[in-house]
Amino acid sequence: MPAYTFPARFEYLDEIRDVVAEIARAGGFSEKTIYFLQLAADEAASNIIEHAYAGLPDAYLSMTCEMQGDEIVITMHDTGKAFNPAGVKEPNIKANLSDRQIGGLGVYLMRKLMDTVHYESTQSGNLLTMKKRKD
Amino acid sequence: MEITTQEFKHCDLISIKGRVDSATAPQFAKALETANENGRFKLALDMSGLDYMSSAGFRALLAAQRNCKRYNRGEVVLVRVPDRIREALELAGFTELFKTFDDPVVAVGSF
Repeated sequence: MPAYTFPARFEYLDEIRDVVAEIARAGGFSEKTIYFLQLAADEAASNIIEHAYAGLPDAYLSMTCEMQGDEIVITMHDTGKAFNPAGVKEPNIKANLSDRQIGGLGVYLMRKLMDTVHYESTQSGNLLTMKKRKD
Repeated sequence: MEITTQEFKHCDLISIKGRVDSATAPQFAKALETANENGRFKLALDMSGLDYMSSAGFRALLAAQRNCKRYNRGEVVLVRVPDRIREALELAGFTELFKTFDDPVVAVGSF
């Protein structure tokens, strides 16, 4: 499976979203779901850049994205700090304006938008796997 | 991303075009902060030209709404929010924090 390697910088988020859109479109996803797949991939990559690497220069993240049957499977691998999305407290989306948390939204959206989000931290780095079945 | 501001007597109409993600959100946040620094707290954000917004943009919206509503001096309202962005805002529970309008004239007139 081809891996796409990107410098871990926010200005590459455009390219990450483009790769996801292209593969999801070829896989027959609706334009609406393609948007949400792009959003989930963006949130995942943004978290890696912001938290796993935390501004470290010359860092890279590696993405795979492919159809497996009627499912799209997106993985992201990084060698930064272990960042477990499962450990992120779910934001209270009913809280009033002053009590709203600023953090945790990206992970929350990933979970809402994808069917499964799996995280694994190994000696060779962190691997995030997200899957979504075709609508 | 492109931001243009039109000043009216009672509020600013700020139009955002393009994509707001982690790369461009600081520029978006800065535009909203600049309006506040100029004493403008009643902001209508026209999002009709917006193609994409991630949670980085949502966070900027939240910070701006908090700052504008402080001391009851104003409010951020959202205008012509594209469907997909509206759905993502709904998922994040943000639609309850902002009034939305389909017509910029009505939005500007609401202040």
